Amino acid sequence: MNKRLDSMREWLDARFPLTETWKYHLAEYYAPKNFNFWYYFGSLAFLVLVNQLLTGIFLTMNYKPDASMAFASVEYIMRDVDFGWLIRYMHSTGASMFFVVVYLHMFRGMMYGSYRKPRELLWLIGMGIFFILMMLAFTGYILPWGQMSYWGAQVIISMIGAIPVVGQTLSNWILGDFMLSDAALNRFFAYHVVTLPVVLVTLVFVHIVALHEVGSNNPDGIEIKANKDPVTHIPVDGIPFHPYYTVKDIFGVVGFLIVFCGIIFFMPEMGGYFLEYNNFVPANTLQTPDHIAPVWYFTPYYSMLRAVTVNFLWIDAKLWGIVLMGASVAIFALLPWLDRSPVKSIRYKGPYFKIALTLFVISVFVLGWLGTKSPTPLYTLLAQIFTVIYFAFFILMPWYSKIDKTKPEPTRVTE
Amino acid sequence: MADIEKKQEMSSRRRFLIAVTSVGGAIATAAVATPFVMAMMPSERAKAAGAPVEVDLSKLEPGMLLMVEWRGKVVWVLDRTPEMLATLKTLDGQVADPKSEKPQQPAYAQNETRSIKPAILVVEGVCTHLGCSPVFRKDIAPADLGADWLGGFFCPCHGSKFDLAGRVYKSVPAPTNLVVPPHTYLSDNLLLIGSDRKESA
Repeated sequence: MNKRLDSMREWLDARFPLTETWKYHLAEYYAPKNFNFWYYFGSLAFLVLVNQLLTGIFLTMNYKPDASMAFASVEYIMRDVDFGWLIRYMHSTGASMFFVVVYLHMFRGMMYGSYRKPRELLWLIGMGIFFILMMLAFTGYILPWGQMSYWGAQVIISMIGAIPVVGQTLSNWILGDFMLSDAALNRFFAYHVVTLPVVLVTLVFVHIVALHEVGSNNPDGIEIKANKDPVTHIPVDGIPFHPYYTVKDIFGVVGFLIVFCGIIFFMPEMGGYFLEYNNFVPANTLQTPDHIAPVWYFTPYYSMLRAVTVNFLWIDAKLWGIVLMGASVAIFALLPWLDRSPVKSIRYKGPYFKIALTLFVISVFVLGWLGTKSPTPLYTLLAQIFTVIYFAFFILMPWYSKIDKTKPEPTRVTE
Repeated sequence: MADIEKKQEMSSRRRFLIAVTSVGGAIATAAVATPFVMAMMPSERAKAAGAPVEVDLSKLEPGMLLMVEWRGKVVWVLDRTPEMLATLKTLDGQVADPKSEKPQQPAYAQNETRSIKPAILVVEGVCTHLGCSPVFRKDIAPADLGADWLGGFFCPCHGSKFDLAGRVYKSVPAPTNLVVPPHTYLSDNLLLIGSDRKESA
């Protein structure tokens, strides 16, 4: 029996690099042995991606991308399709959890300097994934054609109309109409189920290829490849991804699924944060709901959008808000070049970086919270203050990371 | 080794042919992309929609707001009371464009009340910030909008404020006054929205 399997594998290997790929990416991919809790979120993001792809396919079997039928078809899935409610909640909860794990994954990179040389490109590919993920979330949120779908899309599309000169034509081109209507819903469905998933899966593949080329960073931020066994040429601080990290990640998956299922079965709307109450009302083109806010993962950027209330340098406040919001996302891509610290990991960085990162995290949470609230003068002022802190973290980084008092890095990873 | 490199060096003829082929390929790509890009523009059916709408104002009472759909947008028709009209003058200092100098209205509505008939305001109920529909707040000095609120429109999305002529307040996200759509009166109580020529009705 074993002999037969072996000969089958040889037949395959002569025609496809199966064993080679298995070894290169799993059995003989040496990852640092000191991975901690924060290293779960890459594999968890992959798990959520698979969940979104699978549940998404089943949702398309009953969903109708038509402005007059979309809302009812979602209710049909929820009420009349066997287990339709479960598949939809898996998909809607998966969307929020995608952002949870991706944000934690990004924060891990910021703590341990995973964006630093030689991983700049890996970080940029990750930023591409983040951008596509936001597009997917946006197009997906439109599909139920509820009040929040409609007015959320209205706000985002109006931003495109604010681009000088070409804005209006561009927005007509994107909408396929002179206003948000059936034409837009129909094409956003095409983007959500075909175009964007294809791009996302491709980018994830490229992300992993690039990771396995440069090797994983670790909580100490030192290169394990700098210290290889002279005979085997295996990094002395490395352990094969399989079985060590596959087993570890399965443990993480179990923990994640407990939380995930808890949300799906007991609080799929998450108090209006994952699924907003106003989206259980069909889209009404004549009336904006009294209180509109984006889904939680967009609220920090949304706060910055509306924080700008003064015209400045001949550009009006509206355009500044849009520019600032775009910049608040895009600025992450500059991190590899903003950080001038001699060390990578927060473990060896000095107090300035630790204070800056803490303030940054606080500002993200405060901006995120403000984004869910109706604007009042006090809240707008708070949003302005924390927007400045948010950007200061990035813009001042070349300076404070350089003068910071760092500790010496170890030569071997610590336990 | 050096010999092979020399042989692989491109002749200028080959270099030229590669350049010509690349340019040809780029032109062909652009040509093929054109129909796909054009297919995403508003269709003929979408362009044909959007005829003017007639509104009967005989049942509109003073202080009452009527919502009309035109081209998928909401258009408000507000019959302002004398008290409401009196607030406009007092707000000149607080609004960004008190004389309606920015082209947000047809010439016939570029006046103090931004309307043809002084009492009847016709504006698109679409915030000039990011397209939300503001809420008509005629209550004076409510708790959430402050003691100096004299009635107007408040956008729940980003907090922009407009007065009862659709003029935008200073220091809010919206940059300009609400848009006054082309409109005209076919008779005393019959309003046409979407065109200012009577014959197009």
